[in-house]
Amino acid sequence: MSDYQYDNETVKGFIISSIFWGVVGILVGLWISIQMWAPSWNIPPYFTFGRLRVVHTNGLAFGLGIGAIFGICYYITMRLTKRPLLFPKLARFHLYLFNAAIALAALSLFAGMNQSLEYAELEWPLDVGVVILWVIFAVNIFGTIIKRKEEQMYISLWFIIATVITVAVLYIVNNLSIPAGLFKSYHLFAGVNSANVEWWYGHNAVGFIFTTPILAMFYYFLPKSTGIPIYSHRLSIIAFWSLVFAYLWTGAHHLIYTPLPDWIQTLAIVFTIFLIAPSWGSVVNGFYTVGTDWSKMQTNYLTKFFILGITFYGLQTIQGPTQGLRVVSQLIHYTDWVPGHVHMGTMGWVTMTVAASIYYIIPRIYDTEIYSEKIANTHFYLVLIGQLIFSITMWITGIQQGALWKAVNPDGSLKYTFMETLVRNYPFWKMRTVGGVIFTIGMLFFIYNIFMTIRKGKSLAAAKA
Amino acid sequence: MTGEIYRKPVMFAIVATVVILIGTAITMFIPMLTPQMHPRLENLKPFTALQLAGRDIYQREGCNNCHTQTVRPLKTEVMRYGEYSKAGEFAYDHPFLWGSKRTGPDLARVGGKYPDAWHYRHFENPQAFFAESNMPVYEWLKDNKLDPAKIEAHMKALGFPYIPEDIELLKDKTELDALVSYVQVIGASVTKKAVPMATPAVTEKEHISNPFAGDPKAIAAGKNIFAKNCAVCHGENAQGDIGPNLTDKAFLYAEGDVPDDDYFEIINNGTTPGMIEEGRTAKGGMIPFKDTLSKDEIWSVVAYIRSIQGK
Ligand code: HEC
Ligand code: HEC
Ligand code: HEM
Ligand code: HEM
Repeated sequence: MSDYQYDNETVKGFIISSIFWGVVGILVGLWISIQMWAPSWNIPPYFTFGRLRVVHTNGLAFGLGIGAIFGICYYITMRLTKRPLLFPKLARFHLYLFNAAIALAALSLFAGMNQSLEYAELEWPLDVGVVILWVIFAVNIFGTIIKRKEEQMYISLWFIIATVITVAVLYIVNNLSIPAGLFKSYHLFAGVNSANVEWWYGHNAVGFIFTTPILAMFYYFLPKSTGIPIYSHRLSIIAFWSLVFAYLWTGAHHLIYTPLPDWIQTLAIVFTIFLIAPSWGSVVNGFYTVGTDWSKMQTNYLTKFFILGITFYGLQTIQGPTQGLRVVSQLIHYTDWVPGHVHMGTMGWVTMTVAASIYYIIPRIYDTEIYSEKIANTHFYLVLIGQLIFSITMWITGIQQGALWKAVNPDGSLKYTFMETLVRNYPFWKMRTVGGVIFTIGMLFFIYNIFMTIRKGKSLAAAKA
Repeated sequence: MTGEIYRKPVMFAIVATVVILIGTAITMFIPMLTPQMHPRLENLKPFTALQLAGRDIYQREGCNNCHTQTVRPLKTEVMRYGEYSKAGEFAYDHPFLWGSKRTGPDLARVGGKYPDAWHYRHFENPQAFFAESNMPVYEWLKDNKLDPAKIEAHMKALGFPYIPEDIELLKDKTELDALVSYVQVIGASVTKKAVPMATPAVTEKEHISNPFAGDPKAIAAGKNIFAKNCAVCHGENAQGDIGPNLTDKAFLYAEGDVPDDDYFEIINNGTTPGMIEEGRTAKGGMIPFKDTLSKDEIWSVVAYIRSIQGK
């Protein structure tokens, strides 16, 4: 063994925190899914749909997503640079600050402090906190990479570096605002311009929080857990550069048919279609890697998490560009189709890959084996079924909604009032809640498994001592 | 790409930064410097103190999570909501509130669509209007007084003009007053153009009489349509509420009956304040149904109204 110690405590801390915030976010998700068909579940003033939906998205993007990203990227970076973090104390402070910030963020959103910019809802004092968190992360990641013991930077490190830089640029620019009090500010930009900045941010928040860091995990943990090296290095080079180049042009596909100048929309659509290629570069790379030995799907329980995860990523990155086309957008934009798309990505790709990475990390940190592969398999099938129910019901009702909004009578008048189109969502919204419950039960199996693995590791260590 | 760069993290970071900034500059930074991103309609006015207070509440309550504020230039969307959105309408919107999900209807043209009273009632209990609506109840906003000092600070931050009296006025207002005042100004800068009628005007023959007059089947259908579309304003038994009593022989506040086609026209086209119909002056607030009800449906509802008049 080497003469240094990886900073496992911080990694562990982030992983456990992210699981905690994930549970909060998912429970709120269940809650709002019920509110959508049972408005009596709104409890004013703090727990109405308008406030809780934001707690759900932020809790999961920032609490679960970023928490896992911090912890797992630290883990990966240490292994790939073959050294501990450059500033271990700072990393520990990072962990405490992270939890304090997320707790305050949740409270502020319950209280209705909201900039009304999707995925950048937090008010300016918290934005400052987020920037500090990010700077600490950047300093530690870059410092560690610069002082690395391994000359070549592996693919995962490229994705981590791109994430660190891009999220910083995105977050700072979109959060520029005019403060109007301690807890209130107004976007510096107005109208069409405000929309353009926000969706440049919003789409790339998806790209650089729900895509690139998750790909970093995928490229690291897939070979690690299967023992098969990544199929093509050259393909990953092409996929990486074209992905980070193209992503930033596409924000306006969220603004199709709005008053945003047409040329920005069209340019975005062109790059959106192009995005299929680099996205599928990683998908193909993943499949071919495991393709050299498909028996891994049976012999190694983690393989199927990664392969299913990348499959959903693949479906997501075909569906996404399709949604960007004007003819598709006019039908599905503003409908429930979009949450269907969103949750295939977040539940099927992000949560699946993050959970698998955690399954890989925790036993290694505690120097033990996973508590139960059987429970892990149960977890896998439950979240898979839950997610499929969620996405499929939302796609159906989304298309139905889009079609009903457009339906006309033979004499040219509209066929349905808005209410008539709304009530047809209810059966699907109820089924979505059922899917959510199944997904949540799956996540509870996961948490139990992790918790028991830690317990097992601790008692083993105690026995050795 | 040479292999070199994967051994030089600083170099790598610089190249990556340049790569992400190209698309950023072309689609976001550069347009921002041009006038096309800062259009303003001539008759667009900054928000008043009360309206801004309402907008703050709209943001706080996350109404944009269920409501969009942009009408796309698509035929059925224009029919449902009104004139499509113009870039110049939003010059004072910090931030834009176009939204991304229509769980509830679009609100870009809701300003002036209903009388104030409608909104108060609707916010107090949406389910009383539409039993199956999933919009939360906002009655509690009635109990919260506005804080004039805070709103003044917000007006200053945005540089919107106001006079001290505007702020003084806020003292007795509630959050619900503010929200209604904001909702009523959404889209106000776009003059409501008369949308070409989907249904041809009343024909010569119909002018003489309602084709469905006295037809029991049409009356039953009309009753149904009335319950769904009209009862919220005219009351369950059409005895009057936000809108006037329809069971008496008065029409637009004056005694004396009018022919069926006047009923048809007012239901089809709605009213605007000051509009003259049969020599009578409307106060406004009756909404047009030409895009939501077919001609036959309107005649059926007229037949229903006739059937309950004088009872
Ligand atoms: C859970 C989603 C939801 C939330 C949150 C919500 N609404 Fe609604 N809203 C609806 C639905 C559904 C309707 C249509 C049925 C109805 O009128 O109740 C509606 C209708 C409306 C209407 C009438 C529109 C029309 O053209 O008839 C207005 C105005 C409105 N909402 C304003 C607001 C405001 C302001 C807020 C925030 C304080 C808000 N809503 C929050 C779902 C929501
Ligand atoms: C948003 C509330 C609202 C709704 C919904 C509504 N009305 Fe009205 N209606 C009014 C108001 C307000 C007036 C008075 C118009 C004025 O003074 O300009 C009115 C006037 C009328 C009149 C003129 C009658 C009179 O005695 O003065 C008729 C007829 C009428 N409405 C029928 C209908 C029918 C039929 C429906 C449903 C298809 C309907 N209204 C739905 C608000 C409404
Ligand atoms: C039990 C599991 C979950 C349930 C029941 C749930 C439910 C919901 C609901 C009801 C909405 C609102 C949709 C609408 O307004 O129409 C939503 C939105 C959203 N959720 Fe979830 N969710 C779950 C898990 C997750 C997870 C794990 C993530 C992320 C990691 C996530 C991320 C999001 C995002 C980003 C949105 C916003 C979508 C948009 O704006 O279109 N959700 N969710
Ligand atoms: C090539 C890749 C992708 C493209 C081109 C793409 C495209 C799109 C488009 C066009 C929309 C807007 C739909 C509408 O409102 O009409 C959208 C929404 C969304 N997508 Fe994707 N998508 C891609 C991959 C992903 C991935 C991997 C995720 C991961 C979770 C994701 C998460 C989301 C979210 C959260 C939204 C909702 C945004 C909102 O309205 O709040 N997407 N996507």
